[in-house]
Amino acid sequence: MHIELQQIHKRFGKVEALKGIDLKVSGGTIHGLVGENGAGKSTLMKILTGYLSSSGGRILLDGEAVKYGTPAEAAGLGIGMLYQEPQDFPPLSVLENFMVGRDSHPDGNRARQRKRLQGLAEKARFELDPDTPVEKLTIGERQQLELLRLLGRNARVLILDEPTTGISERQKERLFQALYQMRDQGRTILLISHKLDEVSSLCDRVTILRQGRVVGEEEAPFHISRLLELMFDQSHQEPVPRPDSRPGRAILDFDRVVARGERNGLHQCSVTLRQGEVVGLAGLSGSGQGLFLRLAAALQRPLEGEVHSLGHSHRGRKHSAFRRAGGTFLPADRLEEGLIPGFTIQDHFALARGLPAHKARETAVEAIDRFNIHGQPESPVDALSGGNQQRLQLSLIPEDARLILLEEPTRGLDVSSGEWIWHHLLERYGTTGAIVFSSAELEEILAVATRVLVFFDGRVVRDLGSDQLDYQHIASAMTGN
Amino acid sequence: MKRIRQHLTDILLILGLVLLFTSLLLWMVKAPPLEAFQNLLAGSFGSWSRFTRVLNVWIPLTLCSFGLLYAFRTGLWNIGVEGQMVLGAVGATWALRMGMESGSPLLYLGLALVSGAVLGALWALFAGWLKIRGGVHEIFAGLGLNFVAMGLVLWLIFGPWKRAGIASMSGTQPFPIELWFPSLPGWRVSPFAIALTVAVILFSFWVLNRSRFGLNLEAVGRNPRAAPLYGLSPRQYMLAAIAISGALAGLAGMLQVSGIYHRLIPAISSGYGYLGLLVVMLANFRLLPVPFIALFFAALNVGSIQLPMMMQLDSSLSGVIQGASVMSALLVFGLRRLRAGRAE
Amino acid sequence: MNELSLTLLFAGVLATAAPLIIAALGETITEKVGVINLSLDGSLLLSAMIAFMVAYESNSFLLGFAAAAATGALIAGLVGMFGIYLGQLQVAVGFALTLLCRDLAYFAGNPYSRLQGPRLGNWKIPGLSDIPVIGPVLFQQSSVVYLALALIPAIWWYVYRTVRGLELRAVGENPEAAYTRGIDPRRKQLIYTLVGGALVGIAGAAFSLGIKPGWGRPQGIEGIGWIALAIVIFGGWHPVKVALGAFLFAFLQVIGITLQESWPGIPAQVFQVAPFPLMILTLVLINLLQREGVQRWLERRPALGLLLRQLRGRPPRALGRKAGTRYHAYPVASQGIGSGRWLRLTACWRSPCAPWGVTRLRSTTLGANRIGMLDTRKNRTEDRGTRAEEKKNKR
Repeated sequence: MHIELQQIHKRFGKVEALKGIDLKVSGGTIHGLVGENGAGKSTLMKILTGYLSSSGGRILLDGEAVKYGTPAEAAGLGIGMLYQEPQDFPPLSVLENFMVGRDSHPDGNRARQRKRLQGLAEKARFELDPDTPVEKLTIGERQQLELLRLLGRNARVLILDEPTTGISERQKERLFQALYQMRDQGRTILLISHKLDEVSSLCDRVTILRQGRVVGEEEAPFHISRLLELMFDQSHQEPVPRPDSRPGRAILDFDRVVARGERNGLHQCSVTLRQGEVVGLAGLSGSGQGLFLRLAAALQRPLEGEVHSLGHSHRGRKHSAFRRAGGTFLPADRLEEGLIPGFTIQDHFALARGLPAHKARETAVEAIDRFNIHGQPESPVDALSGGNQQRLQLSLIPEDARLILLEEPTRGLDVSSGEWIWHHLLERYGTTGAIVFSSAELEEILAVATRVLVFFDGRVVRDLGSDQLDYQHIASAMTGN
Repeated sequence: MKRIRQHLTDILLILGLVLLFTSLLLWMVKAPPLEAFQNLLAGSFGSWSRFTRVLNVWIPLTLCSFGLLYAFRTGLWNIGVEGQMVLGAVGATWALRMGMESGSPLLYLGLALVSGAVLGALWALFAGWLKIRGGVHEIFAGLGLNFVAMGLVLWLIFGPWKRAGIASMSGTQPFPIELWFPSLPGWRVSPFAIALTVAVILFSFWVLNRSRFGLNLEAVGRNPRAAPLYGLSPRQYMLAAIAISGALAGLAGMLQVSGIYHRLIPAISSGYGYLGLLVVMLANFRLLPVPFIALFFAALNVGSIQLPMMMQLDSSLSGVIQGASVMSALLVFGLRRLRAGRAE
Repeated sequence: MNELSLTLLFAGVLATAAPLIIAALGETITEKVGVINLSLDGSLLLSAMIAFMVAYESNSFLLGFAAAAATGALIAGLVGMFGIYLGQLQVAVGFALTLLCRDLAYFAGNPYSRLQGPRLGNWKIPGLSDIPVIGPVLFQQSSVVYLALALIPAIWWYVYRTVRGLELRAVGENPEAAYTRGIDPRRKQLIYTLVGGALVGIAGAAFSLGIKPGWGRPQGIEGIGWIALAIVIFGGWHPVKVALGAFLFAFLQVIGITLQESWPGIPAQVFQVAPFPLMILTLVLINLLQREGVQRWLERRPALGLLLRQLRGRPPRALGRKAGTRYHAYPVASQGIGSGRWLRLTACWRSPCAPWGVTRLRSTTLGANRIGMLDTRKNRTEDRGTRAEEKKNKR
């Protein structure tokens, strides 16, 4: 089936997420969609699968304009999606998961459905036992099941969102073979992926998105460097002054740390960070950076190995002790994890500094002025914009903190807010302490970090000093090369 | 200003709905609604002695409700107040029984106060511990422990603490007058108990709205994930809150034993724990309305005692009005939230 | 014990268990679809009263049962409407309704107190009832007992063997995923909440027209609703195990009455408390069995493991969760850590949101089910922020 998107716009309030996307995908091809986080890939796919309605534009299937508003209607038109997080029912069996759904005629005959499932599995060369509960399957197997279900529903357009995250090599091979098979049957496949090597080996054609616009289209064979160039904006940014100091005492030490969490946990991580360093944690989201920061902040315990920070072992140590020793952690999810929704700015100072109400108010007034927070001491934090929330979090850091852990410190902020934050951080803590931060934007890391750890699938795959920071090199390491 | 107007509209809407529902119900059982409302009013505020009875209900109800506010601040549904009140009564009875042969009643009254509060708090901590360590949701832990407490009281009344000669549902041997909760001559409600309740109210206002501890409780309730970043342990604060909740309920139980019934009876809690939950829900989990709603509910409870005699109506009309108030409130708040959500 | 009293014992257990089974199965259906109807104790009383009133006035059992079923469904419908569509906490609504319905029953039922009314007789099934021992136990019972016994396999079959039952379970496990597959989760939840409530109503009628005939205050079935709720957990949300739990409780109760004769000092109520510690113990056990260490420990003890696994039941994942406007959210990867932690914190269902808070997911609801919150939320907070700033500028 041919898909044609014409001038698709999408606006969220003031933010324009899609600024007129034109995209043509011909039947019987595998079409890649790549771009940075926030480039608009998932918004576009939401529109194609009926989750969101576009603010403008048309969708044509086989040349015919169509309109729909729910995933069920999209499925009725033959559009199916394989979500990154499997959309299934873990306690139910494989067969039952295969059967659930109103997107085709309900057929309750188990024997018949079992046969269909087995037939489809055989064709795709997947090994799935119909009676196992889905929660016992690996992510890859759950994906295979979902794929079979979509095939059983006669999906003619398949959208795959990061299908290879968290699955084994073997499963990946099987998946690719199945995708080739499906392409040869004339189905249309849209693939969203960060992993450029996979995109380049699988796809016939790739569209690159950046900031809600199509910035390029390439045909196989691809040059990865060309794709990278299009994906990431490398226009020159105002450089933030880098602290000029030599690394001092060790301030954070990981010794063969193994931990569970995020997508693939953290494997055998050994690294020592020193005073005066600004360490950027690069990697695709969920590769282990968040876990690293939480282990460093004593918010999570390692399964094996040991963490030392600020002169203490983390064994049996709580986050509050870490804070007392001069550590601090700012999570990316400001409202989910960092601030207390419903509390005012003033309340946060009372809470963080242990101040009585009138003192807290004074401090809040001072901080609002110094940190340029647009709000009153009585404003609830959930009414603040992202930038103001982040500046509030910064203002809560004690003056004498020596280990500053930041998760995506400028996520969702505009450029000037981001720069302001970095100027402040580097000025205040750049030489006296260590700053460790993760970011989805490589430019940010290159702009401020003196040292970069590159994460891939739960491992630190590169540890680069300030003289080794090369954009291309890091970008390819992030994608597993 | 807009806030106040909104609250007033809410109150009027809720009252209107309740009046409508209750009148409809009364009309269906062929009772004149106006007369029923008059009887309720006369039965509770008609004379000083009736009003003192209202106060005697208001005291334990307010204590339980304020206890619940602490637990709700941390996001816990302490449905176990009922059992915690019962355990408070058991603790008080235990102390007072020891005081029966002794010459210093005040000492044992003091001991009863302490043991009532402590036993209530321990019973609550058990529910909290089950929640935090055992992963049992506090509603089921609390509810289960309520029934266990009920069984315990029955066993005590029919077993170890049975009245000499006969064991019966009428309770244990009544205490001598020296062991009654002190009151002034001519007072049907102990001014000391009122003073204690008012003190608890004022103290709770300070703790929950002004103190650092109250701020911490609320922080834990609003975002347990962020709380550790501010050096707060959600578990510890949850346990502290539920223990305070239990202690206040235990206090209420102690007052029931020493101030009202002067013995332990099976229905010692009179359902005030559950009623307290309704009070707090109707107050939309805020402090200020609680004493007034508690007074309203207490008045309904006392006023309805007249109904069977005066109008051949069952006294449970009070419960119907109380329940209908909460349902109306949930409806009004829910619709308001829905509208706010749409506007966003 | 001789043959006669054994027969009496088992017949008694069956009769005691019957309404409990019906109520608990009703609640099982409701909870399986992800809604918790806490109002059982009140609904049972109110529907018992309505059944008696209607049957007394009309002299028709059928009308009595129908009225009771309608009452139960109406109450459940309130839980559903308030919980599913108005976004109120299901437990809060259920609890308020418990007390309201109880008092409503006492109040409106007052004129029907202590009246001699209709009572369902026993059906002797010709031929079968003459079989010694089994005959009187199984085939000489009230029709309510036959209904309860028929419901067990019927509901099991519906839930586990039909397409609609499959959809029911799917919605209870993951409403968002069900939505992606073209099922309207809210509608399903409302429908099965109504069905479950109707069964609870029928159970109420079974009391006042059969097992504990008549109406009065107290009716003698106070607390049964809570027991039914406990049994649903004890049975691990599985219809057959739930029924077994009801039998166990009925057995305890009948035994209690028998034992009471030998220990006159202990009131029967003490025995009636038994299901509650059992429920708490079951919940603790369910939670323990989820822990990794315990699972590894059990792997080395297969016999014990097999036994304990029978007790292992898991609540439907969406149970009691604020169903809301989230179905339109788009499933993306969860980036949060701590997946699976919610089980530790809330074995039974997710912790209710802080009651004064705006609708939002709490830490305990994060984890595997945290879907679609990330990108939409970011935009939302930005919006709100800019709007607040705009307002300020206007001033």
